[in-house]
Amino acid sequence: MVTKKQYEAVIGLEVHAELATRSKMFCSCEVVDSTSAEPNIAVCPVCAGMPGVLPVVNQAAVELGVRVALALDCEIAPVSIFARKNYFYPDLPKGYQISQYEQPLAQNGRLVIKTSQGEKVIRIRRVHLEEDTGKLTHINQNGQSYSLVDLNRAGVPLLEIVSEPDLGSAEEVRAYAMTLRNVLRYCEVNSGDLQKGVLRIEPNVSVKEAGCKELGTRTEIKNLNSFRALERSVAYEIERQIQLLQKGEKVLQETLGWDDILGVTVTQRSKEEAHDYRYFPEPDLPPLVLDKEWIEEIRRNLPELPIYRQRRFQWQYGLSDYDAEVLTEERSVADYFEEVLRIAPELSPKVVANWISGELFGLFNQAGTGFSPNRLAAAALAELLQELEKGTVNQASAKVILSEMIQSGKRAAELIQAMGLMQVSDAEIIQGWVIEVCEANPLQIDAYLKGKETISQWLFGQVMRKAGGKANPHIVRVLLEKYLHGLKDDQQA
Amino acid sequence: MMDDLTLLTLSKVREGLRSAEFTSRELLEAYLARIELYEPSLHAFLYLNADRALTQADQADQRISAWRKDPTEPLPPLIGIPLAVKDVLCVKGLPCTCGSRILEGFIPPYHATAVRRLLEAGAIIIGKTNTDEFAMGSSTENSAYGATHNPWNVEHVPGGSSGGSAAAVAARFAPLALGTDTGGSVRQPAAFCGVTGLKPTYGRVSRFGLVAYGSSLDVVGAFGKSVADVAFLFGLVSGPDALDATTVDLPVPQVRLSDEPSLKGLRVGVPKEYFVSGIQNEIERSVRAAIDRFQELGAQIVEISLPHTKYALPVYYLIAPAEASANLARYDGIRYGPRNPAEAMWDIYYHTRGEKFGAEVKRRIMLGTYALSAGYYDAYYGKAQKVRTLIKRDFERAFDQVDIIAAPVAPTTAFRFGEHSNDPLAMYLEDVFTLPANLAGVPGLAIPVGFDQAGLPVGIQLMGAHFAESTLFQAAHAYQLTTSWHTLFPDQIQRA
Repeated sequence: MVTKKQYEAVIGLEVHAELATRSKMFCSCEVVDSTSAEPNIAVCPVCAGMPGVLPVVNQAAVELGVRVALALDCEIAPVSIFARKNYFYPDLPKGYQISQYEQPLAQNGRLVIKTSQGEKVIRIRRVHLEEDTGKLTHINQNGQSYSLVDLNRAGVPLLEIVSEPDLGSAEEVRAYAMTLRNVLRYCEVNSGDLQKGVLRIEPNVSVKEAGCKELGTRTEIKNLNSFRALERSVAYEIERQIQLLQKGEKVLQETLGWDDILGVTVTQRSKEEAHDYRYFPEPDLPPLVLDKEWIEEIRRNLPELPIYRQRRFQWQYGLSDYDAEVLTEERSVADYFEEVLRIAPELSPKVVANWISGELFGLFNQAGTGFSPNRLAAAALAELLQELEKGTVNQASAKVILSEMIQSGKRAAELIQAMGLMQVSDAEIIQGWVIEVCEANPLQIDAYLKGKETISQWLFGQVMRKAGGKANPHIVRVLLEKYLHGLKDDQQA
Repeated sequence: MMDDLTLLTLSKVREGLRSAEFTSRELLEAYLARIELYEPSLHAFLYLNADRALTQADQADQRISAWRKDPTEPLPPLIGIPLAVKDVLCVKGLPCTCGSRILEGFIPPYHATAVRRLLEAGAIIIGKTNTDEFAMGSSTENSAYGATHNPWNVEHVPGGSSGGSAAAVAARFAPLALGTDTGGSVRQPAAFCGVTGLKPTYGRVSRFGLVAYGSSLDVVGAFGKSVADVAFLFGLVSGPDALDATTVDLPVPQVRLSDEPSLKGLRVGVPKEYFVSGIQNEIERSVRAAIDRFQELGAQIVEISLPHTKYALPVYYLIAPAEASANLARYDGIRYGPRNPAEAMWDIYYHTRGEKFGAEVKRRIMLGTYALSAGYYDAYYGKAQKVRTLIKRDFERAFDQVDIIAAPVAPTTAFRFGEHSNDPLAMYLEDVFTLPANLAGVPGLAIPVGFDQAGLPVGIQLMGAHFAESTLFQAAHAYQLTTSWHTLFPDQIQRA
């Protein structure tokens, strides 16, 4: 019997993240949204590579880079070196990119990811600073073909984050990429938008026989503009390589693109066409020397990262694993949740969590805005939930009021009054409604008395309806049950 | 009849303008008159800015006369004084070709920091001076726009690469000029043309707006009629610049030159490696005589050794071309400068760069690209950087022993056109004594100390510790107080 060989995937990720600074990496040009701004609106002699100009390091970019590196548990180099990476292309005005090579900003970090298999530590090899390139648009018009150069993006600060090849599946790759994106967003350095290209993820994929020490030939996949494309392309590439090896063929070292429609990887550049970048230390920039105290200050000001915050939400607020994850995925949501509880500590965390991830997310999704604390202050939600807790309004009314609060920007108390949604808890009034409903439905009462107990639920609905939805449902239930039991007792007597 | 204004030193010019002995226009016209006579045979300029300069001179004169009526606001130190600028330094609004076809028609929209500081000090830019293409050369023969000729003998080169600036000061086309020095490009032409030329410490003067050749070596330097003139200019261009991260945040010393020609206590090192067979006899004689003069003025002469001197040439010709290969990558015809049209993108690169760069530039780009290539980096560029450290250490050790080092500037006086132009190696050897200061980053000052039998000037080079320009000025100024070489100018320039 021939046993089929088992294969393992070995994957590392190279991630390029633009740093959300106001100005570019080496000049004072404003950083603009390169997908929407007028071409070449944010360009100066420095980022256009004019003769005689010199780069000057943007300290804000260094700070953001250090922040991310610390969030990834890296060792920060007290001295790092900028280097020139040489190649010709019209989107690279100087003919070289200023990057870091032999002495990067930071090394030896780690990122904890969670998959269906549990938690796993992925090692980070290096984090370094560099500058982005411009953008080419290729035009084919009236039989003429040419390219347009837009240098708005040229010189925008980039952070390159390179993992060790610790990832073993497409699921892990996706988890790593999402977790890293969340860290970048928590650190407020990057919006995490793959579509806009401010975050670019390039997996290196190879497979080898299970247990084998030696790594297989790797391929690199570029131009992935969604997490779905990332996951699919890696899954495809693993399978493709395994099939090649099973057929006794070789994997070629090459750079691949991803065809999202056909769902296949396609060759972009083979190894023979690979560049010799001729890296050498950038003579225009002195070594980047970082003050220890400054690094420690950045470390002290680091935000609590998603994974730690998630764990804390579970033990501190008694939230489920799922609730904690949903609330901590974005820093603004987690901050919002904690702000509501800070203002109204008497509220149940579980209730607050449900209102945020249920009602609020739903309303924001309907509006198509995504979560936005600006549209409903944490204090406003806290106030509404306090009213609910006090019984001023019931659950159903609170949902109506919440929607109105977002639309009008008015406060809960004001809307409760204005919309007349004040909950009626007055037993006498409710008792009146109960009697009225029961007397108006003799057939149903008859059925109930004959043993059809579920009729009571229908009667409850009728009373609530009579009350215009404002009656305190708890009191309605108690008084209705009491009334019906009274009828039963009368019947038996 | 007024004295020839073009013979006056800077301090006399400053005095004369302020006391209304003559006007800025008269001064400028005196220089322009000489340019009109002799520029056709010398070709010192790539661009002459006469019209704009005359307007600026008139504005300066108005300001001076207003100041004479109400001297509460001080006048800028260089008001009304013409300045020639090497064509690798950007002047906003004036063409900057770097002596290359690839930048033909390029007009920078910004000033080099050194230029801006001098303009703020009131200087009037008279023109952009000729240079070897991208400052690569030692004779200006590599200029794509034709060579500059030596005012002392038009059949000889003026040196290079700042040959246009050196010739302009020697021919009295301008009292002051800016140059750049990557491997000797200020000091060697200063020596060949018999004027005073300074290469400051690396990091002392901003390189912003200096079109880069070898970025870790390039320095903006100055030419003038005397040490006093050059020291004055140095004081105005130096100091840290937010636009150049390699400038050093040190205050620029207020240079006060003593009128007492005494060098008591000064230790002058004479490196044996700079007095070797192969240097022209007359050079050794004149340089030794100058060293004797230092001794007569009270200095102590110490023989020293800079043992790694012989490696400076190979180290330089790995590091400078390596940096140049990257620095010149931006000239691709895409954003500025002429473009040789082609169907395919890569053909635009090939044709533009292939046709617009001169032979020497292409040679150095290839040398540098090779030195940085995978598999060769460690053996060439990497090794060169290590040896560069040894050369730097030579100087540090020497300056523990002595205050300044005195040596020849070049092994020969100004050579004839074509003498080295078919032999790149012989041309490279011209820089053998000037390269070490660039590799070590230390300042160097060239002053005239005599003539050879053919009547061509000989220069001496004084080198100092990092940021010790003042020491160089004091020593050289004392020498000039007691000698007259620097006051001699070619009186009969052959007309074309």
